[in-house]
Amino acid sequence: MSIGVLSPQKAALHRQRKAVNAVALTLSLGAMAFGLFWLAWILFETFRLGLGGMALAVFTEMTPPPLAETGGLANAIFGSAVMVLLATALGTPIGVMAGVYLAEYGQNTWLGRVTQFISDILLSAPSIVIGLFIYSVVVAQLRSFSAMAGILALALIVIPVVIRTTENMLSLIPNALREAAYALGTPKWKVISAVTLKAARAGVITGILLALARIAGETAPLLFTALSNQFWSSNITQPMASLPVTIFKFAMSPYENWRDLAWAGVLIITLGVLALNILARVLFRNKQ
Amino acid sequence: MAATLPAEPFPAKKNMHITASGGGQSPRKRRLPWADAAFSFVAHAAAWLTLALLAAIIASLVIGAWPAIREYGLSFLWRSEWDPVEEKFGGLVMIYGTLMTSFIALVIAVPVSFGIALFLTELSPSWLRRPLGVAVELLAAVPSIVYGMWGLLVFGPILATYVQQPLQNVFTGVPYLGALFSGPPVGIGILSAGIILAIMVIPFIASVMRDVFETTPALLKESAYGLGSTTWEVVWKVVLPYTKSGVIGAIMLGLGRALGETMAVTFVIGNFNQLDSLSLFQAANSITSALANEFAEASPGLHQASLIYLGLVLFFITFVVLALSKLLLSRLKRNEGART
Repeated sequence: MSIGVLSPQKAALHRQRKAVNAVALTLSLGAMAFGLFWLAWILFETFRLGLGGMALAVFTEMTPPPLAETGGLANAIFGSAVMVLLATALGTPIGVMAGVYLAEYGQNTWLGRVTQFISDILLSAPSIVIGLFIYSVVVAQLRSFSAMAGILALALIVIPVVIRTTENMLSLIPNALREAAYALGTPKWKVISAVTLKAARAGVITGILLALARIAGETAPLLFTALSNQFWSSNITQPMASLPVTIFKFAMSPYENWRDLAWAGVLIITLGVLALNILARVLFRNKQ
Repeated sequence: MAATLPAEPFPAKKNMHITASGGGQSPRKRRLPWADAAFSFVAHAAAWLTLALLAAIIASLVIGAWPAIREYGLSFLWRSEWDPVEEKFGGLVMIYGTLMTSFIALVIAVPVSFGIALFLTELSPSWLRRPLGVAVELLAAVPSIVYGMWGLLVFGPILATYVQQPLQNVFTGVPYLGALFSGPPVGIGILSAGIILAIMVIPFIASVMRDVFETTPALLKESAYGLGSTTWEVVWKVVLPYTKSGVIGAIMLGLGRALGETMAVTFVIGNFNQLDSLSLFQAANSITSALANEFAEASPGLHQASLIYLGLVLFFITFVVLALSKLLLSRLKRNEGART
């Protein structure tokens, strides 16, 4: 870049372009730092305040009344675990089969295209609307809030997440693999279940883990389906406490002991969700 | 969550696959003649179920909202009173809150996301690219209740002391702008909700934008560099025009998320039905926070129907936004196929 041979005008233009470039790239660096700054700050505060509220009692005792001396989140943690696991168990088969349909049956058919479109929209649709839907079709009909309704609402959120990953992962399987299996006379269902799904296993499990992580922190769809419960309950026809709803209730309250527990709950959820995400990534990366 | 997947918006090209159903016609198939049909039936049923789900959601919302639709019709959208005691309902306050917070979120999030995507695709040393990308995606995975609680108890007070009070001191008495910054500086309200939403949607927009930028053919960029362009010129005059529709799709995706976000907004918006003051510091209400706070206690009848009507409005807006986003992103994918 010898500026010496350029005319003064061109040299000025050159300097100006370089200056604009420098400013833009600095701003870009700033944007990156800005993004990471929030992540660091939120994680830092969650740890600082969460560890403050953390104690063994959090895992062993029930949610306390306001201003009580002790108390924990045992029933909420249990309720969350039950609902999240059952919802995943319910939503995963449907999501995987719909993903199989999209990748193996429905390419270039109108049903395939429409299903993919709808599933992508449901993926980002407001989760509180899913709660409204389950309220109208389950809670209002049975005239009672129940953990079952919460499980159904969460399962509906699982389905599009699993569809998306399953379809993506199956699409990455080379066609030669399918053709080799067909050439041996394998029927289509066996090709899918024993060859392509098996080859895409790590990816599909990644999707299930991401779905778990997604619903573990979902609050909105549980607010008027599973409601909440102050006591231990393992009956899915009754309202059940969950970690996110309990955090919501406790954090909005003026009581010191409730807020401390809410921070402990937030720390548990954050750690759980981040661990699931990192696990999913590690699994996916090993496969690649 | 969608954007946490590395290859999310651009699944591998599907048209390369052959639905080799004709290939499996061997005699062995007859051992389990029903298995193939059953498997195919289950797969089809799962796809139909997804479609039925959407239809059922819309139908149940319309049925649930029917009393309010019959009572108010479309005037619900611009009536601003919300009085459960007198049974008078209008959605303007909540709709304004939802649109305004999402607008503030986009104003902040779009430039920042663009900067992050630019950094990740053009600037970052390659060994840093992956960890930074993962960090941004993890920001997207943090549950919204964490943002909400952090926003209410940590960020709100700081915003009140270090941003709202100084702004008020500067703008008091200035016409128009002064009104925008009036009200009690307590750290909850439209502005706080908008900022928290921005932090939440930045990772979505940034990671989709990054994926979109990466679809620019290296040949185009190298040609521009070869002509002596600076990095900024390559991004602004080559990458951005090439990926225009994808970038808008990414922004729409973020908008869809912001509109439907519940918990983070509910914590910090203040849940106060008013539209007298348009101040950014004033507590307000959004569709999602009204639903989250009132629905479980609403008496069946007009109150509940009006809340479901709000939900229907929200679903309609997000559906349109997300559908647009999807169309724009898929058009880019097709273009890419045609040009290479």
